[in-house]
Amino acid sequence: MKYAIASEKVRRTFAKQIEKISGERISLCYQCGKCSAGCPVAYAMDYLPSQITRFAQLGMVEKLMQSSTIWICASCKTCSVRCPRGIELAKIMDAFRILAKRRGIVPKGQIAPLFDGIFLGSIEKYGRLHEMGLISKLNIASGRPFKDLSLLPIMLRKGKIRFVPEKVNSPREVRNLIRKVEELESK
Amino acid sequence: MKVAYYPGCALHATAKEYDDSCQLVFKELGVKLQEIPGWICCGATPAHLTSHLLGVALPCKNLILADEMGLDTVIAPCAACFNRLKVADQEVKEDLELKKDVEKVLGRPYSGRVEIKHPLEIIVQDIGLEKVRKMVRRELEGLRVASYYGCLLVRPPEAVGFDDPEDPQSLDNLVTTLGGEALPWAFKTECCGASFSLSETDIVFQLSGEILNEALEAGAECIVVACPLCQSNLDLRQKAIEKRYRKRINLPVLYFSQLLGLALGMNMRELGLLKHMVDPTKLLEKTLA
Repeated sequence: MKYAIASEKVRRTFAKQIEKISGERISLCYQCGKCSAGCPVAYAMDYLPSQITRFAQLGMVEKLMQSSTIWICASCKTCSVRCPRGIELAKIMDAFRILAKRRGIVPKGQIAPLFDGIFLGSIEKYGRLHEMGLISKLNIASGRPFKDLSLLPIMLRKGKIRFVPEKVNSPREVRNLIRKVEELESK
Repeated sequence: MKVAYYPGCALHATAKEYDDSCQLVFKELGVKLQEIPGWICCGATPAHLTSHLLGVALPCKNLILADEMGLDTVIAPCAACFNRLKVADQEVKEDLELKKDVEKVLGRPYSGRVEIKHPLEIIVQDIGLEKVRKMVRRELEGLRVASYYGCLLVRPPEAVGFDDPEDPQSLDNLVTTLGGEALPWAFKTECCGASFSLSETDIVFQLSGEILNEALEAGAECIVVACPLCQSNLDLRQKAIEKRYRKRINLPVLYFSQLLGLALGMNMRELGLLKHMVDPTKLLEKTLA
């Protein structure tokens, strides 16, 4: 397979964007692979975390954003603790996802970003998470309408899930908060 | 001692028993928990994966509410909420530009006065296990426990500043204080799959399955946790994991607050021990008898 390494300018711009969001510098990585060795979800990724970091250093933005890796990262922060260069890779993974969402590049079949959107929708509406709403909406959006349905009766019986959402007194305040974040970030 | 209490969304739903047992235990220990009026979701993982500013502003909003109560400490039993509050506070304190943006979004200044603690920290460090030991009314004699800390309670240490990130001891020490046997095992801080419970459930089956297997191999009779996501993945998903591995696991997964409550003399019903999927009552009756 042939890979194209991006120009110096593309590489620098991308590294700066990452640094602005995460406060971390990808240039510090010297490819020891400790992050990949300790990553509990590496088995489910198409590229290892250390490979993704290398793509970032080389400015291979498309390749990186199309990978399943950035969506499979569980944010467990094991890599952040173990990196000998002190890079918080989990924060960089956050930045990749934030940028991918901004650019509208989300590979088909990735359910985690759907989850994020529905989760935040619940906060926007009620100020808090309504789990039942999240589960049903996610199941529909991901084309798995009956997923976990068998758990519902026992969860209802044990009082672990509720049909009616819990609302804060002024959900509008939360909506305003989210609007203001969007305004500031679009500048 | 009076502290602000941030239950978070899970403790008002799937983890009601964690909420109930924390409230009961702290009352007994002489710590008054005052719930933050009008608290909002911390944004959990979806917020920090969507917008850095949003992921920081939501926790800060709650910390400002706690500050306005005139209290200097807030406790958050959910390890995910605890982590978000800690990380947001640290980032705002280190990054003046971010602080400005957060204050713009919230329309209020952020003082950073409120200290964020996990209830385990209050019990192990502030109250102290010596005092807890004196209050124990019935020992969990010989109960073989695997202490499972998960990710967000201990990582990253620069932000959470609590216990060791690779080999933490606080839950183990609590278990020993209560008369149980804290087993040595290697999966204390492995990830359970956390927020993939609904989106990528296969990952949870894999990771939580490994944790349950390791605990079993270590000789555990139950697992003790300090996070509602860990609890739910290990307990609620255990039946499906058993099917997948074609193996009977049957390991009850308890909150540390429930174990402590039992040792302090509370009953299983009030501690919500009947709410778990894997029934712990037989094991605990045998232990307490």
